[in-house]
Amino acid sequence: MATTTLNPAAPAVRGGLYEWLTTTDHKKIGIMYLINSIIFFLAGGILALVVRLELAVPGLQFVDESFYNQAFTMHASFMLFLFVIPILAGFGNYVVPLQIGAPDMAFPRINALSFWLLPLGGALMASGFLASGGAAASGWTEYPPLSGGQYSGTGTDLWIMGLTLIGTSSILGSINFLVTIFKMRAPGMTLFRMPILVWTVLVTSVLVLMATPVLTSALVMLFIDRNYGGHFFDPANGGNAVLYQNVFWFYSHPAVYIMILPAMGIISEILPVFSRKPLFGYKAFIFATVAIGALGFSVWAHHMFTTGAVFLPFFSLMTFLIAVPTGVKMFNWIATMWRGKLTFETPMLYAIGFLTLFLLGGINGAFSAAVPVDFALHDTYFVVAHIHYVLFGGSVFAIFAGIYYWFPKMTGRMLGEGLGKIQFVLMFIGFNLTFFPMHQLGLAGMPRRIADYAANAGWSELNLAATIGGFVIAFAMLPFFWNVLVSLRNGKIASSDPWEANTLEWATTSPPPAYNFDHLPEIRSERPVFDARYGRTVAH
Amino acid sequence: MTADATALTTHSDAHAEAHAFDTHPAGGIGTPVLGMLLFIASEVMFFAGLFAAYFSIRAGYTEIVGGVPTHVWPPTAYEGLLNPFKLVTPDGQLNLILPATIILVLSSVTCQLGVWGIMKDDRRKFLRNFAVTLVLGVVFLLLQLYDYSVLINEGLTMGSTTFGTTYYTMTGFHFAHVFGGVLMLGVVLYRGMAGQFSAKHNDMVEATSLYWHFVDVVWILLFSTLYLL
Repeated sequence: MATTTLNPAAPAVRGGLYEWLTTTDHKKIGIMYLINSIIFFLAGGILALVVRLELAVPGLQFVDESFYNQAFTMHASFMLFLFVIPILAGFGNYVVPLQIGAPDMAFPRINALSFWLLPLGGALMASGFLASGGAAASGWTEYPPLSGGQYSGTGTDLWIMGLTLIGTSSILGSINFLVTIFKMRAPGMTLFRMPILVWTVLVTSVLVLMATPVLTSALVMLFIDRNYGGHFFDPANGGNAVLYQNVFWFYSHPAVYIMILPAMGIISEILPVFSRKPLFGYKAFIFATVAIGALGFSVWAHHMFTTGAVFLPFFSLMTFLIAVPTGVKMFNWIATMWRGKLTFETPMLYAIGFLTLFLLGGINGAFSAAVPVDFALHDTYFVVAHIHYVLFGGSVFAIFAGIYYWFPKMTGRMLGEGLGKIQFVLMFIGFNLTFFPMHQLGLAGMPRRIADYAANAGWSELNLAATIGGFVIAFAMLPFFWNVLVSLRNGKIASSDPWEANTLEWATTSPPPAYNFDHLPEIRSERPVFDARYGRTVAH
Repeated sequence: MTADATALTTHSDAHAEAHAFDTHPAGGIGTPVLGMLLFIASEVMFFAGLFAAYFSIRAGYTEIVGGVPTHVWPPTAYEGLLNPFKLVTPDGQLNLILPATIILVLSSVTCQLGVWGIMKDDRRKFLRNFAVTLVLGVVFLLLQLYDYSVLINEGLTMGSTTFGTTYYTMTGFHFAHVFGGVLMLGVVLYRGMAGQFSAKHNDMVEATSLYWHFVDVVWILLFSTLYLL
């Protein structure tokens, strides 16, 4: 009786929403990254459906050209800047401190700041839809002169401001990751015992740190041209329009690796666990990651072959070179699975989906690296197919693999296997139905970013197939969200280590306490939890 | 004394586990200092983007001279406008960019003297030198504003071809960074006067001085590029 009269005011005030709004706990911030990213994934997905619906048959049925332009611009902006990049940062936020045995990130309050800049930047960007003239509509690349003051309105200014904030969030996040990884590792966690995900986040953070400020400089120059009478990109007054493309791609090509390297890290965590083998060629994988990061800075102009303003042989050669470390990784993954005791839980299915689709994306990317081929394929749907195979088939499949893999750690509940498998099959079919025909559309000459096409162009059937596929992908989200809702309430309780995994996040409870670890196993290899499970460690 | 020692032992026993998570291993660079160095690296890349744009635009700038497009820089209309060594402009105003430069370089020296002061636990030296640094920083900002007014008077605006655009963008962003640095110096000075820094605890002092040196180096590069080169 006496206990019920105790005043529980203190925890009640700090509990719930207030706690989430003010938290500096890397795990809560990581989860907020994931939720925020998935909201923008849905918004971007709806815009993609608008695009696919309009292209399903020839003629303009649903939207006018102006809104169509806004739809594909904001689709890409949401997916790249507000979904894939931040959700991978969210996984990094949640998992990296756990995997290196740290209690939190090095700068917890800056961590909260990097998160809160995201919804702010996203809202700023999205508020363009409310402005007169609508949202940004010059494509996610926002090339001048189309993105200049003469041809585009307030939506573009909001896009620039929003993206600057998002970029600042990335930069602060990368500093935090680097300092965390360099200063906060548990005793015994040497650099070459760090899990691959930590290595990929490390290399990604260097890319973010070095490339994102250059995007900021491109954006401020564009903003000054638009609003303060500047002439950076205005040839009539001594400026240079291609200059924007150079500065923009100096960020946006490394951004491709920012979007794929942590995804590769996730895959490299999952494949060994569900193959019951260590990752094949751990060090080779790390060096391949570093090589991709380094080469990533020397290939930006392969987006600009047709401008005639770049040195073609150099950028073509460097682009082909990047296939080498990527190939090393493909062989590492395949060799990891080779003769393993494979089990096919949902994370593993997504990881294998990643391997197949990313391989296709890599191969069609190598096509475009050849200058003469690129001259024919530039700005066609072939390029749209390529980016979606690497970014959706690659990064997004890895993201879902990561969600299914770490959901038990984050919530203490397992996601349902049945619904997970249904979602995977639907997504795999829907994905290929949507994007494989785009290769053929590109080869048949269909340009990207058009709202309409002639009925006699021969593109109608493939476009219809792609639209059906798009709706299959959208439909595949229903079992996913149902699964999350049901599992949060009634899912199987997850033990500390439900997958029998290798890395330190599985050495603590699910979900972990605020300070992460009560005690750490001894770290003598890159698989400390495996070592502890099989007694390959000295008890103390 | 004994009680203290006992308390300390108990404390360390109770937290023996927590020591595994010691975030400041003995030796090595301080966490805030490493964070600041990385932040400066990102700032270097930001200015690198602006410098790359400047040199690209400058190299491609042409004017029609005798019917033929010819490379010139600065544009003939603004020839001789940015001469730091003429201390009086044609219409009788002062050109104080060279004194401003000297002041900013000097402020880097006083800033470092302050850091060396606190490292030897000499708080007087630290506070005095940081106060002087702060004043010099503010003077630089005021001189820069005055210089802008002189240049605008002489007809150089953001819209004066790419010459004006690059000049105001680059110096303007540098101005904003000096302003940020002055704010940081103010915070360090305030905390320093409250006695929060010592020979052992001075990470923020060091981080701020690194940032201030960076801002100074950017100005030296800007001055060399825009005024001398």
